[in-house]
Amino acid sequence: MSASAFSGGKLAENIMHFVRALRAAGLPIGPGRTLDALRAVEAVGVGRRDDFYWALHSVLVNRREQRDVFNQAFHIFWRDPQLLEKMMSLLLPRLTSEEAPANDLDEVSQRVKEALAPSPVAAEGAAEPPEEIEFDAALTFSDRERLQAMDFEDMNAEEQAEARRAIARLRLPIEEVRTRRSRPDAGGRLIDMRAALRASLRTGGAIIPLVRRAPRTRHPPLVVLCDISGSMERYSRMLLHFVHALTNDRDRVQTFLFGTRLTNITRHLRHKDVDVALAKIAAAAEDWSGGTRIGKTLAEFNRLWSRRVMGQGPLVLLISDGLDQSAGEGLEAEMARLHRSCRRLVWLNPLLRFEGFEPKSKGIQAMLPHVDEFRPVHNLKSLAELATALAKPAPRRDERRAA
Amino acid sequence: MSQALPKTIDETAELLKSARYVADRNLATVLFLALKMGRPLFLEGEAGVGKTEIAKVLAATLGRRLERLQCYEGLDVASAVYEWNYARQMIEIRLAEAAGGADRTRLGEDVFSPRFLIDRPLLRAVRPTGEAPPVLLIDELDRTDEPFEAYLLEVLSDFQITIPEIGTIKAEKPPIVVITSNRTREIHDALKRRCLYHWVDYPDAARERAIVAAKVPGIGETLTREVVAFVQSLRGLDLFKLPGVAETIDWANALIALDRITLDPATVNDTLGVLLKYQDDIARVRGSEAATLLERVKAEAVAAGA
Repeated sequence: MSASAFSGGKLAENIMHFVRALRAAGLPIGPGRTLDALRAVEAVGVGRRDDFYWALHSVLVNRREQRDVFNQAFHIFWRDPQLLEKMMSLLLPRLTSEEAPANDLDEVSQRVKEALAPSPVAAEGAAEPPEEIEFDAALTFSDRERLQAMDFEDMNAEEQAEARRAIARLRLPIEEVRTRRSRPDAGGRLIDMRAALRASLRTGGAIIPLVRRAPRTRHPPLVVLCDISGSMERYSRMLLHFVHALTNDRDRVQTFLFGTRLTNITRHLRHKDVDVALAKIAAAAEDWSGGTRIGKTLAEFNRLWSRRVMGQGPLVLLISDGLDQSAGEGLEAEMARLHRSCRRLVWLNPLLRFEGFEPKSKGIQAMLPHVDEFRPVHNLKSLAELATALAKPAPRRDERRAA
Repeated sequence: MSQALPKTIDETAELLKSARYVADRNLATVLFLALKMGRPLFLEGEAGVGKTEIAKVLAATLGRRLERLQCYEGLDVASAVYEWNYARQMIEIRLAEAAGGADRTRLGEDVFSPRFLIDRPLLRAVRPTGEAPPVLLIDELDRTDEPFEAYLLEVLSDFQITIPEIGTIKAEKPPIVVITSNRTREIHDALKRRCLYHWVDYPDAARERAIVAAKVPGIGETLTREVVAFVQSLRGLDLFKLPGVAETIDWANALIALDRITLDPATVNDTLGVLLKYQDDIARVRGSEAATLLERVKAEAVAAGA
């Protein structure tokens, strides 16, 4: 870049455009930060490219996972701002400068590319993170309706991308359970003696006002077991986006993939950037789109992992179509054990979308008696319904202690 | 009277052995390092492999006080670290009133003075007493929740406790800290980082025989050999919960109580509940599986004896 070529007002304008591009790529940057960026560049000067880079970086990036996006956008944008116009027609990897290593540019750059070559619909939608269960406001009402009810399997690439964005914003408000800790609460049943004495000293000890506390509630841990066999392929890829959103929304989420073997992907999912997380998962799980041996993998889970992750009465989401290669062999006993060691076992099955679905397969018959809830999961609507169902108190089940 | 810390790994092993704790070399090494470096020792392992016992043995052999903190969900500062004696505080306030002219600031300082503090294990462990620092056992840390774990970070890295009303209490010499976990959940890396980590595994046959001989007085050599060989072969099976060393010792004691000097299939079937604690496991082993294992154990004993 020839930084000195930008004179006065032109530089400010370019920084503004750059900030807008970053915003479109999903970085939450407000107008105040644009001014900060200008001030930072003013203070540092534009004599050296790396000073300029880090000045902008310090103001515009405030999370680790934003670094890649910033890095790529910076190198593309400040090489030649005119490239913006050409972005639509050209392929991205050819445009990268030497500073950005080519192998980093697989999936993350997709977002940068979209941001720099904006289609107005996608760009607007990426801005503010909405609360609760809410879907992409950028879509028109009818688009949204259609997408809600559309089967994940029938979506084309663009619709899938849209659905993934919607999923990323889905929240799962699980019913909270009482803990043994307490919090201040004027109407609580417990008395906080320490606070009461402190309060009484304020009046010279004449009166001791009762300060009250109530038990604190907390969501139970969540364990997700996701089938990645061939028959589940489209769904499990989509649902991993859902699980990623869950993992980054709360603590104590453990996720396992199973096909012919069991893979713990909890650590990979903690990566805040969903594209990076999914790339790591793809590398970690070797049995994508293969067969399923549900009984064997559940046995492995029960033996090796259940004591480590099921200790505190978790909610278990089992995502599978129940089509088992080994015809349900040993499945019943393992399902029973899984059921006994958790608070609530919810089976999400995309096959339920077919009206008049009957559990004929041996695997499904073996699993069905041991789940607390059996729900479809094949489109956005069913995911939203899942969220509502889990927020309600669970139907009572006999007290079962962790196995 | 407190003893000097061991100076070599061999001395550490000897020390444990003197209290009838048969440790293998790697445990003795990590324990020696923990003592030498003054770092907490984090022991993880299946239930019943002798994690808690290490702290008890250390306290006994080194002549130190043992401060034990059993963890559970919702463990809070009031039961783990310190609590104020509210009843006495209230009496103090009333007395001050009766004497008349209670000055508010004075009263505040008086009521929250160390006199009214009830020490709990963590505070007792760091409070300077003049004698040798105690052994602090934080047992089954995985049973408590993350907030308490986070609280421990300050205690374990600086061996100090901050009480807002009084100030910071710091240990003159760091206590010997042993933390155990059954791994029913993962302990955070930040806490593990401050400790020396050791996974306590099931012992091999020779060491387990030594343990049984040391822990079960009056057991014959044949029975020891058979009991250990049987338990070792059970650990080779695909069971939900494998028997630990504690179960082996229990079983040996049970067999002695039944006046057995050698194993027979009927006794094994009747006493299986001492070794295995899950119905699925017992149902699987009882009967033919137990008989096969026992036969193999006896055959091996004959082969070894010949």
